[in-house]
Amino acid sequence: MKKKIIFGIILVLVASLILSGCGGQKTSSEDVIKIGVFEPMTGDSASGGQMTYEGIELANSLYPEVLGKKVELVLVDNKTDKTEAANAVNRLIDKVKVCAIIGSYGSSLSMAAGPIVKEKGVPAVGCSPTNPLVTKDNDYYFRVCFIDPFQGTVAAKYAVNEAGAKKAAILRNVENDYSVGLANYFQEAFVKLTGSEDSIVAVLDYVKDTQDFTAQLTTLANKDVDVIFAPGDYNQVALLIKQARQLGIKAPFMGGDTLDAPEFFQIGGADVEGVVITNHYSPEAPVTEVSKEFVEAYKQKYNKEANAFAALGFDAYKVILDAIERANSTDPKAIRDALAQTKGFEGATGIITLDENGDANKSAVVLKAEGGKFNYLSTVQPD
Amino acid sequence: MTTDLFLQHLANGISLGSLYALIAIGYTMVYGILRLINFAHGDIFMLATYIAFYGIFIFSLPWWLSFIIALILTALCGIVIEKAAYRPLRNSPRISLLISAIGVSFLMENLGLVVFGARPKAFPQPEVLTKVVKIGGISIVSLSFFIPVVTIVLLVILMYLVNKTTMGMAMRAVAKDFEAASLMSIDVNKIISLTFAIGSALAAVGGIMWALKFPQINPLMGIIPGLKCFIAAVFGGIGNIPGAVLGGFILGIGEIMIVAFIPSLAGYRDAFAFIVLIVVLLFRPTGLLGEKIAEKV
Repeated sequence: MKKKIIFGIILVLVASLILSGCGGQKTSSEDVIKIGVFEPMTGDSASGGQMTYEGIELANSLYPEVLGKKVELVLVDNKTDKTEAANAVNRLIDKVKVCAIIGSYGSSLSMAAGPIVKEKGVPAVGCSPTNPLVTKDNDYYFRVCFIDPFQGTVAAKYAVNEAGAKKAAILRNVENDYSVGLANYFQEAFVKLTGSEDSIVAVLDYVKDTQDFTAQLTTLANKDVDVIFAPGDYNQVALLIKQARQLGIKAPFMGGDTLDAPEFFQIGGADVEGVVITNHYSPEAPVTEVSKEFVEAYKQKYNKEANAFAALGFDAYKVILDAIERANSTDPKAIRDALAQTKGFEGATGIITLDENGDANKSAVVLKAEGGKFNYLSTVQPD
Repeated sequence: MTTDLFLQHLANGISLGSLYALIAIGYTMVYGILRLINFAHGDIFMLATYIAFYGIFIFSLPWWLSFIIALILTALCGIVIEKAAYRPLRNSPRISLLISAIGVSFLMENLGLVVFGARPKAFPQPEVLTKVVKIGGISIVSLSFFIPVVTIVLLVILMYLVNKTTMGMAMRAVAKDFEAASLMSIDVNKIISLTFAIGSALAAVGGIMWALKFPQINPLMGIIPGLKCFIAAVFGGIGNIPGAVLGGFILGIGEIMIVAFIPSLAGYRDAFAFIVLIVVLLFRPTGLLGEKIAEKV
């Protein structure tokens, strides 16, 4: 008897779920424009994905309409996993039938989605994937951020010209395209600036799930190193720096844009003070009128300081909306063509002009960790 | 390589190995009684760190009290999991139990993602445990002295419990034969619950030590340590408690030494663990200390 009642209740619940689902879709297919978002909401890059999505949501709440229709965001978690990223994009295109896609934090994840958006002809705009291969030979992939050859050069220039470094070591996540790519560009620029092939003392690898870096760090302990460049996920790099300090390594650390997360300071504590990173944007140095609007609105909605990833998410959404408006159509192909024409678009992170590869040619900022947050040091313009 | 450098690597290896050993004991203990590889072990380990974390931050308990409470709650949780997911399947084929264990593992990971959130949390490190001690040219964090001591003490207590007490005798009897044990008026359910409580408490100790060493917790943190320590347990001879400790130490020191001697292979460090496992199992299928007809526990 009891079982039957429970079974009945479950049946009713399931039925109501299916019915309400159907009802919702009927109205949506006609006068709603769907934009898909695939970001790492869980897994190693969860903070990055969640910060980015906050920016996208904020933009959606400020600009909820285009062409007189409501814009609906459809979020799929890619779980910081390349296979899941490919699945997520397939689902967004085939099942949800989105007209454009935003994402993803993490170059590897974006690269996993690249061939799919190209084949199915739905444009994607990346917020912060900085590896050059994301948009290379792919007419359907764009991004609103700079790329790693530039970021690596900015970091190497700071290390050599400002910090006076002559010898550097590199610690990279060998499974991560962003980490490996940025490490390579840094190395290239560093060797060029110092004029010596031997200026890179060591390049050491770790993998995605590594938590113990003591073996790699100990091999550095008795080497003469002026700076250690560690591009990678903030949680791993925070642990890495902590362990380096415990082993008595005093050399300063540098990293890339991915270290910009509050968790970096929560995990690293006093040990990450003094770390210098390159980033897309700093709320301390707003570049456009839109930056100011964004910083204000973000603070109001989330009651905390805005960061670069939220700003890039905000920009990616607005760039797509602008393209839809100019295309005056929700046809993915027309949106793609309009996106490729994006010129002088005023975003929160700077003026966005997409070049023939679909990359934004933008300035970078150099930041330093002080007092539990990243403080602005300087802005570097692209060549 | 200089002596100092080698000693530093060795210290790093022992520190990591003792952590593996600690977690491997719990695996081996449960396997010994039930012949069940408790794949949820890593997730119980994760749960303990979150209980300790919330104890400190939400209820502002002192860290040691929070750790003890985490230990007790995790032990209770182990009993509940056994009752809900394993006991109903006790007379089914082994494979059903194994699948149930994997199910519990996924359930806990995903519940963790929903309840705790996916973003990593910084685990507090009491200052006593993070002091850096310098001996000659090598630096050791005080925690690295603490973990091996905890591992060895727990090992001794557990060996005593299993081999010298009546309860241990009952455990060994249950391990041999459920039915015969119950005929000898042993309460099989109680013994198995107890085994799970101890196994989960061991996971909790391991989890808290892990979180102290790597002060970053997230709902999926148990997967890799769980896998590594499973390897350590199999490597030492699953079901054999000293074997698990030996396996843990060998795995930890091996992982560090491969990077120390061949830094270019650092990216293949995890692969090393699996290769060693395969090689050992080829030559000694029951693991290093496993006996032919293993007398488990």
